Amino acid sequence: MQVLIPTPLRPYTGLREVAAAGATLAEVLADLERRYPGLRFRMIDEQERMRAHMSFFVNGAQVFNLAHSLHAGDSVQIVQALSGG
Amino acid sequence: MRPHFLGHIVHHLVLDARDRRTLLAAARTGHLGPPVFRSTGMGRSWQEAARPPAFDKAKAGEAGRAVDHTFWLTPAHANEPNVWYAGTSPQGLFRSEDGGITWHPFSSINDDPDFRRWMGTVQDGTPDGPKLHSISVDPRDPAHLYIAMSGSGVHETRDKGRTWAALLGGLEVVEGFNVADPAFHDPHCVRLCPSNPDRLYQQNHCGIYRLDRPGTTWVRIGQRMPKRVGDIGLPLVVHPRDAETAWVFPMDGYHGLTAHQPGGCARRLCHARQRPALAAAGRRLSRRPGVVDGEAPGARGRHPGPGRPLPRHHQRRAVGEPERGRTLALPGAAPARNLRGRGGRAVTQELRQGTQPCRC
Repeated sequence: MQVLIPTPLRPYTGLREVAAAGATLAEVLADLERRYPGLRFRMIDEQERMRAHMSFFVNGAQVFNLAHSLHAGDSVQIVQALSGG
Repeated sequence: MRPHFLGHIVHHLVLDARDRRTLLAAARTGHLGPPVFRSTGMGRSWQEAARPPAFDKAKAGEAGRAVDHTFWLTPAHANEPNVWYAGTSPQGLFRSEDGGITWHPFSSINDDPDFRRWMGTVQDGTPDGPKLHSISVDPRDPAHLYIAMSGSGVHETRDKGRTWAALLGGLEVVEGFNVADPAFHDPHCVRLCPSNPDRLYQQNHCGIYRLDRPGTTWVRIGQRMPKRVGDIGLPLVVHPRDAETAWVFPMDGYHGLTAHQPGGCARRLCHARQRPALAAAGRRLSRRPGVVDGEAPGARGRHPGPGRPLPRHHQRRAVGEPERGRTLALPGAAPARNLRGRGGRAVTQELRQGTQPCRC
């Protein structure tokens, strides 16, 4: 499936959109980590929590659980929110 | 050379004096996790740590901690090449044995019930999160370390971190709190003197202190600071070759001062006008061998502003006091680096102890 990478993380991938495989969001992120080392820790902390400001969408709907099931043909969008003064 | 880490907050940048080429940087964007970067080419290019400092995963049902940022980096003993220590926020201690590529947590602190209790108090109300900082390695013994925690006090290990002892004797805490409880101690910066590893200086939330080992009682030397300035501040710098001299940057926002020993006297020595907000941030510049470890915030000069007069002591030099903007070399020592303001203007100076009578 195709995964949209937010701009601040594109130095890892070099691409706006990359291919990854997995039956869950966690597996897709693990696959991305194999291809692009260091990328996952930027999004998921050591307690397996999504970092604040990192949002994950599947087919346009936001998901909050890394165990969320994925199917062939799904598209994943990773979006980084911004905040500050 | 192009800018690196554009948009990042760089908490600490340290050159490894053992090989004089490895640089580690603790940087974060605030949104994308807390990496540590490594350069072996004097900063021309950087590689991200393969395993940055991160706490162990919590057991099921427990609330685990996640590193928000690495705040402090210290190379280990000269006999331990490639070993580094890191302090984080929330407070945690980490060690790398491969030059900063992978980092491993110290469970003796990070998971210890006493340390966790001390960390979890109202003293942890630092705006940017509580820090473990001021990691110092005894140059005579790689197993002997000091750490400071804001706030959980100053601690010492003599067995490379397996066991720890608090060093709280003589320190004060905010009135009304229990001085015997490490939770209420708030060291802002602790420095070990390279020329005398038995001497430590400390800038604490409650004053400036000195400790001479093997003693365990800190002496509040800041009480001799000018009363209009006080002895509350954040950074502290020790002289690389003269254990009698240290610099502090009080939070009154206009003074750079030296804390002089052994008479327990603190004396105004320079006119470093600094930005209080930057001083409060406690950010640090890289450490170079043989060079004063400058604190960036304290190094930045600023005029009080249009229409605001300089403090009286800035307007007239005292007899025997050097001009602002010059650095005086110590006899028998290489000149220390100036701490320069934005326009390249030197804003601090260095003098040999005892050349002037105390005016405190």
